[in-house]
Amino acid sequence: MSRHLLTTAALSRVEATAILDEAERFEQALLGRDVKKLPTLRGKTVMTVFYENSTRTRVSFEVAGKWMSADVINVSASSSSASKGESLRDTALTLRAAGADALVVRHPASGAAHRIADWTANADGTGPAVINAGDGTHEHPTQALLDALTLRQRLGDIEGRRIAIVGDVLHSRVARSNATLLATLGAEVVVIAPRTLLPVGIETWPVTVASSLDAELPALDAVMMLRVQAERMNGGFFPSAREYSIGYGLNQRRFELLPEHAVVLHPGPMLRGMEIGFSVADAPETAVLQQVQNGVHVRMAVLFRLLIGSEETR
Amino acid sequence: MSVLLHRVRPYGEGEPVDVLIEDGIITRIEADVDAPSAEVVDGGGAVLLPGFVDLHTHVREPGREDTETIETGSAAAARGGYTAIFAMANTSPVADSVVVTDHVWRRGREVGLVDIHPVGAVTVGLKGAALAEMGTMHAGDAGVRLFSDDGHCVADPLLMRRALEYAAGLGVVIAQHAEEPRLTENAVAHEGPTAARLGLTGWPRSAEEAIVARDAILARDAGARVHICHASTAGTVQLLDWAKKQGIAITAEVTPHHLFLDDSRLETYDAVNRVNPPLREASDVAALREALASGVVDCVATDHAPHAEQDKCCEFSQARPGMLGLETALSVVVASMVETGLLDWRGVARVMSERPAEIVGLTDQGRPIAVGEPGTVTVVDPDTRWTVAAEELASLSANTPFDALELPAVVTTTVLRGRVTHRRTTSEVS
Repeated sequence: MSRHLLTTAALSRVEATAILDEAERFEQALLGRDVKKLPTLRGKTVMTVFYENSTRTRVSFEVAGKWMSADVINVSASSSSASKGESLRDTALTLRAAGADALVVRHPASGAAHRIADWTANADGTGPAVINAGDGTHEHPTQALLDALTLRQRLGDIEGRRIAIVGDVLHSRVARSNATLLATLGAEVVVIAPRTLLPVGIETWPVTVASSLDAELPALDAVMMLRVQAERMNGGFFPSAREYSIGYGLNQRRFELLPEHAVVLHPGPMLRGMEIGFSVADAPETAVLQQVQNGVHVRMAVLFRLLIGSEETR
Repeated sequence: MSVLLHRVRPYGEGEPVDVLIEDGIITRIEADVDAPSAEVVDGGGAVLLPGFVDLHTHVREPGREDTETIETGSAAAARGGYTAIFAMANTSPVADSVVVTDHVWRRGREVGLVDIHPVGAVTVGLKGAALAEMGTMHAGDAGVRLFSDDGHCVADPLLMRRALEYAAGLGVVIAQHAEEPRLTENAVAHEGPTAARLGLTGWPRSAEEAIVARDAILARDAGARVHICHASTAGTVQLLDWAKKQGIAITAEVTPHHLFLDDSRLETYDAVNRVNPPLREASDVAALREALASGVVDCVATDHAPHAEQDKCCEFSQARPGMLGLETALSVVVASMVETGLLDWRGVARVMSERPAEIVGLTDQGRPIAVGEPGTVTVVDPDTRWTVAAEELASLSANTPFDALELPAVVTTTVLRGRVTHRRTTSEVS
């Protein structure tokens, strides 16, 4: 495995499966403990560097690090030198100099984590591990891993399962990471969205594109609803929120078209009544909170593999 | 003052000859010229071409002298084999008045390494709202003959129509940066599979082609001449072919980077590869090469665009678009056009020198290599390969995508009206 986690495309099936297995081992190790503290990353410094607002991802990385006894430091752009005009590179080099073993990066520009990985690499190839916690409209690999773990737990296996990704694929880093990872893990991925929310070039992705959600639902093992961002709603990409909801929202009627075993995922934050019905969001088939729990364990596994696993292989 | 080019092969043809230039004019082309007082350049059988003419250069002076000056840009041009360059108008202040265009022209003359012809802005401040004083700039010392809002498209169709009509009356050329701005909002990369995967906002081919088609039709009806800057798509090639077959007075340039690189370079997110129009797909590169060979695309122009390190060493979407071109252009053209068998050296002379000079009506550049013609020539060693080192370029900036790449052919000597403006020393040949 690479020293960084920048894209799910870099993960082989064996590596991805190993991360999911590791996440479940961490879950087991913590089960029933009063003191949720493993010594695994004692003495390691994990810095989260967030240039965008986030609740679940940042918290989940912080908890993951702390449960493994890492020193976790949270840097947010609004309260750092970035707000004074410091370049991304200078911020990254500063954090390396301050002793970061891992940099967890969330940034509105696609490729930001890639660039930080390049800039902070020492000449001998060492340097902090960089984890992409969401870069622009590119990728969000740990989200895809926690989704995969959730699907594996709910469905038993991912191989051969038919999984739909519904919504704003064009602007979604979650969609990109999931399409690649789920295909790597052997799933059939179907993408369903208005044409305006599909990127030109999607035909090269390992997915099939469908236009009717209703027609697909009865054959699905899982459906992943993407949030529709408010700034896309007013007439630019589709006529109205109402029309979107009618065409692509997972309301109660549509929910009932799914097979009984099917799982509903949403990366959050959810817009109830828009892309997901109020009652659907709370249905037992909906795994949103399980996704969050798994997020912590997956991020523990990723931090462990990048910070300890890499030392063992040296 | 005289220069003797010893053992050179005009257009790479025939046996080596000696070429004597006296008082700026070629006076003898013979097997063996004896000129004891002349400065001798030993060509060693190298190719002799007319000096190159670049219709599209950003020299950044006035305004961004931290990235390039008329002095360093002139040196870069001379080292690239150029004897005339056209300095784009997007300086600060904008070259939208005779004060600025004449200043650039005079500074070029003072430096003296290359003829710098200022390009005048089409619209005041490049804002696309009102025509700039094209007639006054044309009548000034610089005699501005090419006008462009390059960096911006003259997007308003009525304003473009008026600009073409007005330019036709003056006998000057409008060079269009063909980019429909509504189709490229926030765009940073060619719209296609690579950008889709990398999550980069796409710049569709249609944004260029829609303007090329529109402007061809506007030029037809205005009886005007229009020049398309940095053609980048296969569709633009088809439109140019169509328009030329209609007899429309349209010409076009292609950059070396669009002849050589494609969007697979974006994988690293290194902003050195960010350029406008963006690097396209391999199929576009192939179409542009064919079009340059056939003459559908008239000439090569560098779009030499120096940028400061801090404007490139950042997020891809934050970086300024553009790349250096002057010192690598010939080598990239040789790699993409000569080594592939698409052009011979006559063809290189055509696309690098003769056609660009014709397009803007320069009478002292792009001339035949013959007795009585200007001693404005470039000597190219076709057999030596070199490795580009960004930091060693004459340009003040280092934003070349060709850094560390080995390329064929070296410009060994550049002569402007009988004066040697560049001579490569052996220590420079790595």
